[in-house]
Amino acid sequence: MTTVKKYTKSVVENFDLYAPKLVSKEEFFNAGHRACQGCGEALAIRLMCKALGKDTVITNATGCMEVISSLYPTTAWTLPWIHVAFPNAAAVASGVEAGLRALRRKGKIADRRVKSVAIGGDGGTMDIGFQALSGAMERGHDMLYVCFDNEAYMNTGIQRSSGTPFLASTTTAPAGKKIPGNQVWKKNLAEIMVQHNLPYVATASPSYPLDFMNKVKKARRVKGPSYIHCLVTCPTGWRSASETCIKLGRLALETGIFPLYEVENGVYKLTVEIPEKRRPVEDYLKLQGRFRHLTPDQMPVIQARVDLEFKKLQNKIDHSVSWV
Amino acid sequence: MGKRVGMEVAIASAEAAALCKFDVAAVYPITPQSHVAEHLSDIVNDGRVDASFITVESEHSALSAAMGASATGARVVTATSSQGLLYMHEVLPITSAMRLPIVMLIANRAISGPINIWNDHSDIMPQRDTGWISFFADNGQEVVDMTIQAFKVAEHREVMLPVNVNMDGFQLTHMVEPIIMPDQGEVDRFLPEYVPYATLHPDRPVSMGTLAMPEIYAEAQKAKNVAIVNSKKIILEVWKEWEKLFGRRYEPIQAYRTKDADVALVTMGSMGETAEIAVEELRKQGVKAGLLKIKLWRPFPFAELRKAVQGIRVLAVTDRACSFGGPGGPVFSEIRSALYEEPVRPAIVNYIIGLGGRDVQVEDFMEMVRQAARGKLSEPYVFYGVRG
Amino acid sequence: MTEKKWPETWQEVNPGCMVFRPGSSREYHTGSWRAKRPLWDNAKCIKCGVCYIYCPEGCVTEDADGFFEANLDYCKGCGICAHECWPGAIKMVNEEE
Repeated sequence: MTTVKKYTKSVVENFDLYAPKLVSKEEFFNAGHRACQGCGEALAIRLMCKALGKDTVITNATGCMEVISSLYPTTAWTLPWIHVAFPNAAAVASGVEAGLRALRRKGKIADRRVKSVAIGGDGGTMDIGFQALSGAMERGHDMLYVCFDNEAYMNTGIQRSSGTPFLASTTTAPAGKKIPGNQVWKKNLAEIMVQHNLPYVATASPSYPLDFMNKVKKARRVKGPSYIHCLVTCPTGWRSASETCIKLGRLALETGIFPLYEVENGVYKLTVEIPEKRRPVEDYLKLQGRFRHLTPDQMPVIQARVDLEFKKLQNKIDHSVSWV
Repeated sequence: MGKRVGMEVAIASAEAAALCKFDVAAVYPITPQSHVAEHLSDIVNDGRVDASFITVESEHSALSAAMGASATGARVVTATSSQGLLYMHEVLPITSAMRLPIVMLIANRAISGPINIWNDHSDIMPQRDTGWISFFADNGQEVVDMTIQAFKVAEHREVMLPVNVNMDGFQLTHMVEPIIMPDQGEVDRFLPEYVPYATLHPDRPVSMGTLAMPEIYAEAQKAKNVAIVNSKKIILEVWKEWEKLFGRRYEPIQAYRTKDADVALVTMGSMGETAEIAVEELRKQGVKAGLLKIKLWRPFPFAELRKAVQGIRVLAVTDRACSFGGPGGPVFSEIRSALYEEPVRPAIVNYIIGLGGRDVQVEDFMEMVRQAARGKLSEPYVFYGVRG
Repeated sequence: MTEKKWPETWQEVNPGCMVFRPGSSREYHTGSWRAKRPLWDNAKCIKCGVCYIYCPEGCVTEDADGFFEANLDYCKGCGICAHECWPGAIKMVNEEE
């Protein structure tokens, strides 16, 4: 079912509808890249680069996006770009930041701000890259880290990560006869980043492109570390139809599974309104083959946890206080 | 004009890096390198060098951050030992593949297990295949000289490879030695400003660290090997220039009384100085002993080795590491391999000595020469001085 | 940079396998991947640009009249544009070939 049938509001009421035309037409992440059809991460990176602009250096962890965009002798990138290894995107980016800062201060390069941005998947950020991320963020470098979370180690074949949601089937925590998929709840890296005293932390999704791009722009302006956690659909790993890429991100928000918020100096704010009566989690889960083994008794368990997490977030939105 | 000072060698190595006006240092502390890390941060925080010091959270991140900074065109220094070097091992071949001229000071220390913080070469030996240029220093003066030379060699447009300078942990790093510290003017005349081949900057965007499919990976590896093999030519030129400017001579293999030597010891690192005294004592006793000290480990100086061993009957190669289950000591196996094709070559025996900081005295070296004179030992390689 | 023939010799490989040609991925036409292609009905199109913003390839471009079309050299036929189009102006049709 396409999006058109879901919208009963008049077109004029949605100011965002025509805003895509105002977005820069320059492509920093070019076509010809080898991402799967309907890859949410490729879309998210394309949008992120438009928001960052050309005065950016990208450090990419090993993963889908690095592999599909940089097949020697070609590259999809028109931004300066470096890939070193899997666990160290944050460390390399902190070195890029320190290098640019020292060279600019010593007059060895042009006197204008070039932002160091590190990108990685949930594997390269939440698991193997966790140490480097924590180290780089707590040192206060003027850098942005964007985690593109498709909830498993997709590039190596859909293996379980700490971003894999409860009961999702992955190739190393499969929905088997005895154990029905991932047995633990998803790690909340955005919250861990808030605890690193970062001036700016946000969650984002390419399904809300203007919200995402505004957050990237805001993070870029921060003179210090900032972090964005971006949920992206992987049709291959989630076993979902390629055209539902955007719809799934929207449902993740409308069910409260992945609310879009930002935390500025400790103050929580929702940036995209969630319907008062959230949609049941089933609406989101039933569109993905990785959840097709779910039994009716498991659904309320997931629903209860989503409700709880949303309540905790709402509490923070209501009571958080700035630390500056 | 350089000044003669008494300085702890670790501190001196950091001072040498400061003379090279590094832009970024990314270092994680580990005994016995810690004084290098600490002094580099003193230099930066006192403003003596205009640089950024990154207090990274691990050695893997130290070399990774160093790579990021070097890729922007900064002159970068880092330092480590033992477990730290092993932890960053993943990044070493990537640094050389990406042709980033990082200089790493290594305070050689035994690797675990069992855990031991004292000096041997078991940390650097597993890095042989990573494509880094490797210097070995015998004393504090060489540590200082080689640190400054390392930047010039690494950044040379015909080299563009990272260099590590090896100094024995505790036995060098924590010793106060007499060192002639070059002055800033002398170093500025020797070491030009770093002009990178390519940098990460929007004014000329490049992609670094791309994916190489099977159809091109082998070509990339051959190119890297050719680069490091050809770097010897530049290293020799740099050493010649150094001798002209500072009066101190460096050779890939330094010979000591080998012209008429019957048995020659081979050493790498600070034990060479003890071996020198042993050779002197043996000569007094009428034994025709000699010594070869290896200063350039990678690229391996094949031509210089083959020339240096001419006329010698037996080589007693000392190793401070063992390739477990393999051919014995790494230096021994490489020398044997290097001399295999020679129509006339010495007999070669192997002593594995000084593991985990075990002291090796003049008498020990003299005993090794006496045993080696037989031309063959009880085993292909001998763990010298091990009880039992 | 002179054009090098592929596959390169070891002497020709760029140091560090660096790529000095930004955006050169465009040499590879991913359009051969698709099984369906998007077709715009300009009579229904409201020129909002949603199809342009949601394309993971960035291959949907605006023409002089403000209507949109996909660059068939790169379009992988994922169907996101058709699915997200508000007035339902885009239809996915099977590739003829």
